[in-house]
Amino acid sequence: MNITYLDNNATTRTDPEVVKEMQPYFGEFYGNPSSMHSFGGRVQKKIAQAREKVAAGIGCLPREIIFTSGGTEGDNSAIFSATDSQPDKKHLITTRVEHPAVLSTMKNLESGGYHVTWLGVDEKGRLDMQEYLDNLRKDTALVSVMYANNETGVIFPVREMAQAAKERGILFHTDAVQAIGKIPLDTRNLPVDYLVLSGHKIHGPKGVGAVFVRKKSPFRPYIMGGHQENGRRAGTENTTGIIGLGRAMELALADMELKNKKMSDLRDKLELGLLKAVPNAQINGETLNRLPNTLNISFSYVEGEAILLMLDEFGVCASSGSACTSGSLEPSHVLRAMGVPFTHVHGSVRFSLSRYTTSDDIDLVLEKLPGIIQKLREMSPFSEQNEPIGCKTGN
Amino acid sequence: MWEYTDKVKEHFINPKNSGLIEDADAVGEVGSLACGDALKLYIKLDDEGKIKDARFKTFGCASAIASSSVLTEMLKGKTPEEASKITNRDIARELGGLPKEKMHCSVMGQQALDAALRNLRGEPPLVQDHEGDVVCECFGVTEDQIRGAIAGNDLTTVEDVTHFTKAGGGCTDCVPDIERILHELKESRTSRPEPVKADRPMTNIRRMQLVTKVIDEEIRPNLKKDGGDIDLVDIDGTRVMVALRGACSGCPSSQLTLKDFVEKKLRDRVDEKILVEEVNS
Repeated sequence: MNITYLDNNATTRTDPEVVKEMQPYFGEFYGNPSSMHSFGGRVQKKIAQAREKVAAGIGCLPREIIFTSGGTEGDNSAIFSATDSQPDKKHLITTRVEHPAVLSTMKNLESGGYHVTWLGVDEKGRLDMQEYLDNLRKDTALVSVMYANNETGVIFPVREMAQAAKERGILFHTDAVQAIGKIPLDTRNLPVDYLVLSGHKIHGPKGVGAVFVRKKSPFRPYIMGGHQENGRRAGTENTTGIIGLGRAMELALADMELKNKKMSDLRDKLELGLLKAVPNAQINGETLNRLPNTLNISFSYVEGEAILLMLDEFGVCASSGSACTSGSLEPSHVLRAMGVPFTHVHGSVRFSLSRYTTSDDIDLVLEKLPGIIQKLREMSPFSEQNEPIGCKTGN
Repeated sequence: MWEYTDKVKEHFINPKNSGLIEDADAVGEVGSLACGDALKLYIKLDDEGKIKDARFKTFGCASAIASSSVLTEMLKGKTPEEASKITNRDIARELGGLPKEKMHCSVMGQQALDAALRNLRGEPPLVQDHEGDVVCECFGVTEDQIRGAIAGNDLTTVEDVTHFTKAGGGCTDCVPDIERILHELKESRTSRPEPVKADRPMTNIRRMQLVTKVIDEEIRPNLKKDGGDIDLVDIDGTRVMVALRGACSGCPSSQLTLKDFVEKKLRDRVDEKILVEEVNS
């Protein structure tokens, strides 16, 4: 069966060009970039090139890039750099809709004595700029706000927020894992101190990412050991991963606008088609200020896991914010923070496209999904006429 | 991705008996939209009092739909008395097993069945009449439901309890309460002396002691819950003669109670060879 892959915010297909670039460094050129011999030096050169490519992609200096094991390590190391370098400042600001890589780290610091301001979002998933400004304090060690949300695709006003922090001498971190390669992003006009990206979300390999640390912004090594990455991230380099990430970055930026236009056209086709074909469906999140590849849509009175497994029968891959798919019993913290009613949270489905997505992929979903929703609704004890009382889940 | 058995997938993709019965003899309803799953079970009896048709309406994940579907299949042809014996374990077993995180779907099936059978007997649905009953506020799970799941499935950890009942899976405030309940049930299990079974030939005296003890401690309290009672009349070797009292006497299902419950329990706890007979006294 053909796979119709519409789950690109989870991970992406590794571009064959990327694989080709990495291939020789698995076998033939296995030298250690730290070695004194030219066999290792060859790999070192290749890593330097990858660093240049990643730096060029976000408009920074190569030495402002530290390679990591991925987004989570990047987020962790940026946050702990800010707290460890300013031990007197005990206040942090973040949002309720961050990725767990930030959310859990912040909760950990909160239980360790930090005061954390959790910024809420409105029903469209938007932050309140005034609430943010009101909470900036003298003892704020760091503001951490994602560039774009992974579930809804909503883009946050990171430039304005970072500017306000900078004017007050407060460090700013952004998790840009979902934004990189999907929207133009340049650290020369984005006054953040830390920016985190990941390889496998941009058609690169898994297990590799990078954190941008602005020159003169404080950084504390998160992993101790050897002198790699200028003494800022120990451990022998993930050479193939880094080389793949460099190539992936290069490819992501080539014709980005054109590819994004095609992606958002297909996304809009899917969105309009589903809204037209399925009654009681709603889009979650602001539709204008949104990543071009993301569609989060809710179908009332049906459950997300059931939808996904029925789509799976046709080889369609997507994801859901329902409780049953989360591995815990709680539905999506993002949709709950937006105040999306339970009637819709459990029946939410996220489609995320990529540059590989075709019109046929969209047509298949438009052909199959309305029938699936109808089948599940016929099975459901609930309907508009029979809306039940709820239990108190969701904290 | 969950590892579902082929049977779960089959019952999910092509569910049996989905829909409603307009003139159902009984309906049982559990769960809610907010909790993420809900099941409405419809039952129709034939002239002999056996379940002729069972149908369901389910909101929930694949395992919830599959549990509902397989339950309706299991119910057909059974008397209500036989149906009342179906446990969540039976539902899960019939599906070839469920991932442990999904066992609460089978529990939901059993609860809907209980609710439908209460409805059939003309009893009002179980309601939590005061706040104290609810242990898990997030999912509205009562202490009785937690105790039932622990006892019926030999659960030993809070994680188990969450997988089977959802309790503790939200804000986790009730985790200490679940620990307390687990501890209490463990205490009561260990404080009850385990009868030695068949290790060595049992003396008549020993057997009589054990039969008396099991009837007093495990059988009578259960019958009393339904307004019945039991008297031990005589013991002759492995023959145990009893008289059923109260609501049990003259109850059409008393023979079932005798064989499926009293005799089974005594065989289980005392001696596999025990035969229970009802005598008038």
